[in-house]
Amino acid sequence: MIYMDHSATSPVDPEVFKAMKPYFVDSFGNASTLYSLGREAKKAMEDSRKKVASLIGADPTEVIFTSGGTESDNIAIKGTAYRLREKGNHIITSDIEHPAVEETCKYLEKNGFQVTYLPAGEEGIVKVEDLGNAITDKTILITIMHANNEIGTIQPIKEIGEVAREHKIYFHTDAVQSVGKIPVDVKDLNVDMLSLSSHKLYGPKGIGALYIKKGVRLEPIIHGGGHEKGIRPGTENVAGIVGLGKACEIAEQNLEENLKRLTAIRDEIIEKVLSGIEQSYLNGHPTKRLPNNINFRFTSIEGESLVLHLDAKGIASSTGSACSSKKLEPSHVLMALGLKEVDAHGSLRLTLGKENKEEEIDYLVESIKDAVDTLRKLSPLWCQVDE
Amino acid sequence: MYSEKVMEHFSNPRNVGEIEDADGVGTVGNPVCGDLMTIYIKVKDNRIEDIKFKTFGCGAAIATSSMVTEMAMSKTIEEALEITRNDVANELEGLPPVKMHCSNLAADALHAAIEDYKKKLTEKET
Repeated sequence: MIYMDHSATSPVDPEVFKAMKPYFVDSFGNASTLYSLGREAKKAMEDSRKKVASLIGADPTEVIFTSGGTESDNIAIKGTAYRLREKGNHIITSDIEHPAVEETCKYLEKNGFQVTYLPAGEEGIVKVEDLGNAITDKTILITIMHANNEIGTIQPIKEIGEVAREHKIYFHTDAVQSVGKIPVDVKDLNVDMLSLSSHKLYGPKGIGALYIKKGVRLEPIIHGGGHEKGIRPGTENVAGIVGLGKACEIAEQNLEENLKRLTAIRDEIIEKVLSGIEQSYLNGHPTKRLPNNINFRFTSIEGESLVLHLDAKGIASSTGSACSSKKLEPSHVLMALGLKEVDAHGSLRLTLGKENKEEEIDYLVESIKDAVDTLRKLSPLWCQVDE
Repeated sequence: MYSEKVMEHFSNPRNVGEIEDADGVGTVGNPVCGDLMTIYIKVKDNRIEDIKFKTFGCGAAIATSSMVTEMAMSKTIEEALEITRNDVANELEGLPPVKMHCSNLAADALHAAIEDYKKKLTEKET
């Protein structure tokens, strides 16, 4: 099988699994206890915190563990909104956020907050000027993703962060898709909070982290026994935390090499598909995108059918974000690019990972070509285009 | 999420194409929603002698189109009109709930083709 859906999830690296194993049966201690078994767990957890911090250029004390990207986003956004509601009620985000941010903002809108959704426009990248114009004296939070999960576009986080600093507004970024794939340094990016997830970088599912800059105070949205500075209480998922730490360590070691290799594969696939299949297009920006993200659009066919045909050829791909594949309407990200619904329906997302090889490219491109041909022969719209 | 039967029809759709001198043509759906299908019928002695389809849409849309052409082939007009959306879904061993409403349009396309045939017949007679 050729797995090209790494933005949905990635396999656990065998090294990561190996590192996790002792923490299920042997070193099962509760990290909050005083005896040696608990201390062992605590130590493993703190080692992992250092590894996570190192990957993103943070201090280990600025990293808290959560259950994943969605929870990190919720804690950061609601935690800021509740903490600062006396100061203001305005939040700025973009119109291409992951549902974990989008839906959290919508929830806050129903509860007295006002949200501005900056347009990502045709290329899928927000404009820093628009941000400046959107800020009011009531703005308490800016939350804009680092890299988009569907089209891979990379947002000008550093510049957005500068504007946020100037206006003394908290700035959170959802970096679930970028951490481990491109260099992420919280100081360089001028962010106050950053969400990351383990299972997108060869770690286990159900674990993630939130970077909270020293001095930033959040209102807890989950209450309990005071773990993780009271921001994310609940007995720690030690095995998961160890897995995340190991995954971050491996990602840091191989970052440059993977970035280079995957960018080359990405660009070759894009070139071969666009030149080999008529009326095929690339969604998003040609270069300001993740090294592992490709998002095509083919006229007159529908994405799900294409994904099913590719599956039959042993290729795992997706139409957009897996989260929205249960919905039937086209993705809000593709619509934000200004695509017509009928065109947005014909999109295919391929997200590469470290196990993908250059030798797979020709088979992949041929398979896409076959599937698109087959579906166009079936499509009443293709005839209309032909004539 | 799809039954084996749906996947089988999706992978090997029956009766794909157009009939140039069709006696009835029916198109339903909307590309904006992601589904559009056209069914062509050829009728002889009140029986569907040939039937073909073209569909833009998801796996369910293609499978239901293929299925309905198989079900309607050689049926009388009256029998074909009795084929419902549910009959098509049942023949395919079920469809995911989210697809029952939006992508299960093939029976409607068949009925539209028959209506077109009847209309043309009346026009010829008058």
